[in-house]
Amino acid sequence: MAKAKIQEVDRSLYDFKDDESHGFYRMEEGLTADIVGQISDEKHDPDWMREWRLYCLDLYNQMSVPDWGPSIEGLDMDRISSYVRSKSDMKGDWKEVPDEIKNTFEKLGIPQAERESLAGVGAQYDSELVYHNLQEDVAKQGVVYTGFEEAVTGEYSDMVKEYFMKLVPPTDHKFAALHGAVWSGGSFVYVPKGVHVEIPLQSYFRLNAKGAGQFEHTLIIVDEGADLHFIEGCSAPKWNVANLHAGCVELYVKKNARLRYSTIENWSKNMYNLNTKRALVEEGGRMEWVSGSFGSHVSYLYPTTILKGDHSHCEFTGITFAGKGQNLDTGAKMIHIGKDTSSFIDTKSISKSGGISTYRSAVVIEKSAENAKASVSCASLMLDSKSRSDTIPAMTVKTNKADVGHEAKIGRISDEAVFYLMSRGISESEARAMIVSGFANPVSKELPLEYAAEMNNLIRLEMENG
Amino acid sequence: MAEQLLQVRNLNVSVEDTELLHGVSLDVNAGETHVLMGPNGAGKSTLGYTLMGNPAYHVTGGSIVFDGEDITGLSADKRAQRGMFLSFQTPLEVPGLTLSAFLLSAMRQKTGKPVKIFAFQKELEETMRLLHMDPSFAERDLNVGLSGGEKKKAEILQLLMLRPKFAILDETDSGLDVDAVRTVSAGIEEYQKKRGGALLVITHSTRILEALSVDYTHVLVKGRLVYTGGPELVDDINEHGFERFEAASAAEKKQ
Ligand SMILES: Nc1ncnc2c1ncn2[C@@H]1O[C@H](COP(=O)(O)OP(=O)(O)OP(=O)(O)O)[C@@H](O)[C@H]1O
Ligand SMILES: [Mg+2]
Repeated sequence: MAKAKIQEVDRSLYDFKDDESHGFYRMEEGLTADIVGQISDEKHDPDWMREWRLYCLDLYNQMSVPDWGPSIEGLDMDRISSYVRSKSDMKGDWKEVPDEIKNTFEKLGIPQAERESLAGVGAQYDSELVYHNLQEDVAKQGVVYTGFEEAVTGEYSDMVKEYFMKLVPPTDHKFAALHGAVWSGGSFVYVPKGVHVEIPLQSYFRLNAKGAGQFEHTLIIVDEGADLHFIEGCSAPKWNVANLHAGCVELYVKKNARLRYSTIENWSKNMYNLNTKRALVEEGGRMEWVSGSFGSHVSYLYPTTILKGDHSHCEFTGITFAGKGQNLDTGAKMIHIGKDTSSFIDTKSISKSGGISTYRSAVVIEKSAENAKASVSCASLMLDSKSRSDTIPAMTVKTNKADVGHEAKIGRISDEAVFYLMSRGISESEARAMIVSGFANPVSKELPLEYAAEMNNLIRLEMENG
Repeated sequence: MAEQLLQVRNLNVSVEDTELLHGVSLDVNAGETHVLMGPNGAGKSTLGYTLMGNPAYHVTGGSIVFDGEDITGLSADKRAQRGMFLSFQTPLEVPGLTLSAFLLSAMRQKTGKPVKIFAFQKELEETMRLLHMDPSFAERDLNVGLSGGEKKKAEILQLLMLRPKFAILDETDSGLDVDAVRTVSAGIEEYQKKRGGALLVITHSTRILEALSVDYTHVLVKGRLVYTGGPELVDDINEHGFERFEAASAAEKKQ
């Protein structure tokens, strides 16, 4: 069988950590120009990047934390050592990866995934890319897939400089500024004109060390007429000190290109996930987001798409699961600029055991976006009366030649439906899980099979958690 | 002596604080077919739900024994695992769960054993053919967007796949066109005659009973079983209605 084997529901698959003591070192906690300078040293940053980091640090120190979403009071930046990395360098050969790290990846299924002939695996351990491999036939097509440090210093540095943090400027919000100052790790992908990458490129990010943040940067450029599916998967072990994730994803979809960006985020339950993702779509381009948000203590996540070119199109399919102690504020944003642009947002949110799930969307149709079409549909499922689900959709339409629609549904699991399934011999917990998985199905069917199975496992795990 | 299957004794059932069934007793032996008739709102579906273990219906008195075991306190899944089945008057819709995935999972859980996929697929196809169901229905979401008649066929499909010992059919024939009644009857006949399954058929019409051999007919009025007779009672009721039983029920209540 060519598919990755998905183990039975087993929380330990997602919750484990390595002993930090070997081969790792930790910088002083807290953030100063010195620390940022040290990061530049370590990474052999070119001058422009060194200056950039300090500029961003300044902005970071001036800006205040967002006050419009879930509280992030529990987050103490002074306690977060922003940069913990393994001493191992980039590895293309699995045999050379240290055992400790290997074990972690083995549990995460990375070697298997590779066996399953996925195009490339860039797996990040803490802040450093430790393992990176791009399948040869993809490279032969001229596709570039490298770790981000390598991209900054290597052959494509001019391209990186041209695009880096142009879509998500550090002035955007405090955590974007932080990201600019301390970014570490991540991926760079360039797909040349007309190239269709047949198999998805996959990357795994992972947080491990206690109190460590993760600031990986993803930059993807899909050139004219090209086609790519990129999969980002995250999972992190559980720690009781506040953890921060402030990654940044910048996606450029050129004329008539297509990019599908799929993610399942499964952060540990103490994580503050303040991630920023943005796409810019040129004429006739097509952007597809598939996004599953699990885990984390607090999440702010609103992938944004700017439909700049005429006839450009975006689809966003997302699911968020908020369990006990979680406050997940997620959604999507569409900005229509070009004529005949269209966007579809379809989201599901599930809340359970006191979890709070807020769906926040914004659709902006600029005056120039004649004949734009936008539709937003969001459904929430509350699994008990303690949990909350809100939808906050916003629409700004500046032309009267646009067609916009919005639909919201909030529901609970019907006792009758549970009884119906039980009357066929299915246990109550299984019946509930089946109904919830069914609710999530429009999202899971957009994912590759092994990811869909992983997502269903995650749903089951969440259903079992008190 | 016939093998005892279901013994219902003096069952009192309430929803919230309203008592809906008042001391219902009923015996069904293995392989027997019982018909349950009664005016709208008499409590027929209530009895079906209670036998199957719907938690909204509280048993406040009496007992249900199935296959020698007191199941009064068992949950619905446990009852199903012991061989009970209820064809719903209004089957529920479950978006995102396909009929075949649901059946496969139900068969696994019911038997506690792995199910051989190939054999399962084959049986599913054959049973759907018997019921004149389009094979594409197997991959459609459970009952979602099905017509009333299609839902009833899907219920009988489940009956045949899950192979219970005792099945309650709650108005499985209502809302079916002439051809569908024939098809569904053929399915029920398969269950009754070839597999020797016992039945409690709740119905308002005789059409579905034509193909089945009926052993007993019961009349339920206002939460009481007021009369039990043979198969001939069905025709009698269709001709004369429930009036005389309603009078009997009123008399019984006064006592
Ligand atoms: N869950 C419930 N909550 C409140 N009342 C109920 C509930 N279920 C049934 N009832 C009431 O109990 C009585 C019996 O209902 P039931 O559905 O059992 O009747 P029935 O004999 O099946 O009728 P029909 O022939 O119309 O299907 C009715 O008055 C009904 O309104
Ligand atoms: Mg009824």
